[in-house]
Amino acid sequence: MNGIATELIRIVVGLVAVAAFVGLNGLVLVYAERKGAGHFQRRPGPYEVGPHGVIQPIADALKLIGKQLFTPENADPFLFWLAPLLSFFPVLLLFVPLPFGPVLTVWEVDLGLLLILAFAGINVLALLLAGWASNNKYGLLGAGRAVAQSVAYEIPLLLTVLAIAFQSGTLNLSTIVSQQGSWPWQWNIVTQPLAFIIYLVSALGETNRAPFDLPEAESELTAGFHTEYSGMGFGMFFLAEYANMIVVSGVCTALFLGGWKGPFVDGFWWYLVKVYALLGAMIWFRWTYPRVRFDQLLNINWKWLLPLATLNLLGTAFLMKLF
Amino acid sequence: MNPIKKFFRSIADLWSLIVGLQITGKYFCQRQVTVHYPRKEIAPEINQTYRGHIELVASPKDPTKPKCISCLMCVSACPSGCITVVKSKPPKLSPEEEQAIKDAEARGEKVKKPTAPKEPSQWKYDFSLCSLCGTCVEACTVDSIRFSNELYVVGTSRNDFKYDLLARLKSQAEKRGPVAESKPEAETKEA
Repeated sequence: MNGIATELIRIVVGLVAVAAFVGLNGLVLVYAERKGAGHFQRRPGPYEVGPHGVIQPIADALKLIGKQLFTPENADPFLFWLAPLLSFFPVLLLFVPLPFGPVLTVWEVDLGLLLILAFAGINVLALLLAGWASNNKYGLLGAGRAVAQSVAYEIPLLLTVLAIAFQSGTLNLSTIVSQQGSWPWQWNIVTQPLAFIIYLVSALGETNRAPFDLPEAESELTAGFHTEYSGMGFGMFFLAEYANMIVVSGVCTALFLGGWKGPFVDGFWWYLVKVYALLGAMIWFRWTYPRVRFDQLLNINWKWLLPLATLNLLGTAFLMKLF
Repeated sequence: MNPIKKFFRSIADLWSLIVGLQITGKYFCQRQVTVHYPRKEIAPEINQTYRGHIELVASPKDPTKPKCISCLMCVSACPSGCITVVKSKPPKLSPEEEQAIKDAEARGEKVKKPTAPKEPSQWKYDFSLCSLCGTCVEACTVDSIRFSNELYVVGTSRNDFKYDLLARLKSQAEKRGPVAESKPEAETKEA
């Protein structure tokens, strides 16, 4: 009884901490994204609110919170407001098995990877509901794209994760990290470079980030599935997108980049450094590459990523059997 | 192209992704090219190319007065009706002078009545209506209208954009006057 109670307290405290982390990260990433966008285009980015615009994300958040929640005419009110909640709250659960540090894990689950992959799927449902319930053609088109894209990109993602799981013989993220060494040449990226690249591309597709941001393509679909959302309805999708980015970067760090292990002193700081480096790379990609066309998007997935990931998996399995 | 060649070509073309990252990465590290407006303004030689609201051209003799001869061609040419020009009235005569003219006329002499000066007494321009089409600039018979390069136009009310261009010309001429005089001084200081 006592054991269950302590476990519960640990999970509740962990979830609260994760929620705070996600909120804080949203602010940091919004700032980083806008500043990054500015500097990549040789302009200063946000500059007026606070020194170098550091309070800008807080001002943005306050504006979103203060706005009226507006349901469009003939929209399905229940599904319309369920969608942002369904998009944001399962994301918190994805942080539970992430090994931030040697002991800094909310809950060490043996099937941690499976848990992340299972609950990441709910996001697609949320996007579909949002697009469907808002009674808007752009929303519906965006939702359709989101489903086709996320379902497609989940497969190579899974296959690359599986290759690492084959290699380590476990689905527990903490164990996978502890099997890797402190120095870069002891990380899984050395043995699985192809899997790392495929994972990175699929992760961009999975999180609807540019150049794969077709569900919310501004130039064609105004804002895609969240066209009709105002205030915190939109804010929830926004936060969920950034939280999803952290999750895919976090999983990538744990699987390929040695997690919290790093040169000289191991600890959660190495994990954060690697996660933020990946997030910075994502922002860099966004402001470099043009958006792909939808047929190109699916061609990249079905004709390149999927066969390569399958070959990589088979090769890994063969080598694991051999040695 | 055969499929195998195409396959390797596709892989080789991935290099362009790296090239793209190099370009944006270079830009990221380079100096910014925009200007923080309220604190800094762009160099005047850049906004020479900017065509803002119209302004009057000073006459070569008197820089405080325009070349304008109040022909009202600009007023009739303007499609938005944003120009108001008021002609000067003939100078008012004192009662004695008027009496003298009347007397002369009674005597049957030809009298030269004082005529109105050609220059306008008012030259009002409503920038909030103007579409910057340039028709007035083309219509002006004495080339007294041109586009200014006024880049930083700010106002808090609609009335802030109703300009008195005569007053603007005068104040500009006054502003330019002392600058022109002080220039040689600055040069001597440097020397």
